[in-house]
Amino acid sequence: MKSLTNRSINVTGKKMNTMEKLYLPAIWSGIMITIKHLFKKKSTISYPEVTRPFSPVYRGLHVLKRDDNGAERCTACGLCAVACPAEAITMEAGERKKGEESLYREEKYATVYEINMLRCIFCGLCEEACPKEAIFLTDRIVVTDFDRNNFIYGKDKLVEPINARIDVSKRQTPEVKAFKTLQGPLHNKLNPPALSKGNPQAIQ
Amino acid sequence: MSSFIIYKLILVLCVFTVTLVAAIWSTYAERKVAAFIQDRIGPNRAGPFGLLQPLADGLKMFMKEEIIPNVSNKLLFIVGPCIAMTTALMAGVVIPWGNTIQTSTHIYNLQIVDFDFGVLYLFGIVSIGVYGIMIGGWASNNKFSLLGAIRASAQMISYELAMGLAIIALIMTTGTLSLHEIALQQTGGSNGHWQVWNIIKQPLGFLIFIICAFAECNRTPFDLPESETELVGGYHTEYSSMKLGFYLFAEYINMFISSAAIATLYFGGFNFPFMNDLGLSHNFITILGVFALLIKIIFFIFFFMWIRWTIPRFRYDQLMHLGWRILVPLALINILITGLIMIL
Repeated sequence: MKSLTNRSINVTGKKMNTMEKLYLPAIWSGIMITIKHLFKKKSTISYPEVTRPFSPVYRGLHVLKRDDNGAERCTACGLCAVACPAEAITMEAGERKKGEESLYREEKYATVYEINMLRCIFCGLCEEACPKEAIFLTDRIVVTDFDRNNFIYGKDKLVEPINARIDVSKRQTPEVKAFKTLQGPLHNKLNPPALSKGNPQAIQ
Repeated sequence: MSSFIIYKLILVLCVFTVTLVAAIWSTYAERKVAAFIQDRIGPNRAGPFGLLQPLADGLKMFMKEEIIPNVSNKLLFIVGPCIAMTTALMAGVVIPWGNTIQTSTHIYNLQIVDFDFGVLYLFGIVSIGVYGIMIGGWASNNKFSLLGAIRASAQMISYELAMGLAIIALIMTTGTLSLHEIALQQTGGSNGHWQVWNIIKQPLGFLIFIICAFAECNRTPFDLPESETELVGGYHTEYSSMKLGFYLFAEYINMFISSAAIATLYFGGFNFPFMNDLGLSHNFITILGVFALLIKIIFFIFFFMWIRWTIPRFRYDQLMHLGWRILVPLALINILITGLIMIL
């Protein structure tokens, strides 16, 4: 039979010769391989003492950012929930009352904002969709739990504390900022080389 | 007379302790060697470098629930691991752990009993060891256990034969069955006169012997009685707690004793090169010799583990083929060649 690709290996019923039948040379070469591994560098990382470095673009636990004055940026527009391929995000919008200007940046805000961490695939489409730069993925890890319900993270866990801001500069690069300033269909017409220069004017 | 008894008791206690300690830390060594060969680190949490791991394992074994299946033969179920453990420990009696220690009045032999038929005793005891496995496997009343037990007995019989034939060739050259004398015959470098180790005289015999030793100890590549992957642990499937511990422990003791036997029979026992040319006192050389033997034993235990993590398990028919159609004829040829050389 003629093979379609050259990748298949023809198995022959070749009889072993006397040297091969002895097995001892094969065993010898085998134990030489294993003894070499005895002295090789170990690939184990002793976890609690040593942690693996995260990639700069690591996508972990989300954060809902506040602006410089400490007001929540999220306006509950729902674009992140629409963009989410895993349908992990849900929210309820509310109207800002008088006197809450320091808490919420705009008149509309999210009263409830929940992400199901068991559904989330950490793709980062929510942060790409967000027009207010409110949601970001960080290099933090979603902690394990015994209860499924505890994996639905509400605003208590997602919104960053005022006095312990979470650094998202690795993900909020000039390129990302430039990308976010673009409006409408241009979003889809971007050409990446121009983007990489980090110059929003060049694109417009 | 009482001093004789005290000396023997101390010796028995020492050998017993050393055997157990060696077996305990063999389990640790096994895991470490396995890990290192697989580019891992191995147990390193209990104590420095994980050295206390065996104690933690032992504690775990003791704390586990003891299960005796209802359908099992309860007496034999308990007797099985006892036999395995007892016979494993009994074999250490005839191993010459060192030469003699001389005081002004007495000569103390560092061997518990120097039987004239030491080699025969050793093999007698080792072959009783299979009864522990057989009885345990049968008494469990479990298919897998029974299969493991059958395999163990078949394997033991097949390889005992080749092992015995390999030993016959060795005994032809040494002319004695006493392990102490066999060891003494391999003394190194007395007055420039070299007594070579038996491995030089019997290379083929050694090869057969060590292959059979692997089979007798149920070590990979001959661990068919256990074979975790196909028989779910084989003869000890139904065992739990310390009874399981006894079986596993007996395996490591057997490995220790086998290593000691290999070292004594083929690698000069307590002798080391140039031992008589150093000009040291007899007692000092004896003590050094004990350490030499221990180093040899440690090497062979390492070799057992090294092979375990290199070669996969034999298939059952391959095992029988190797035993009956290759090793037995080879051992017979070895006897023939040895005899011819001795005559010529």
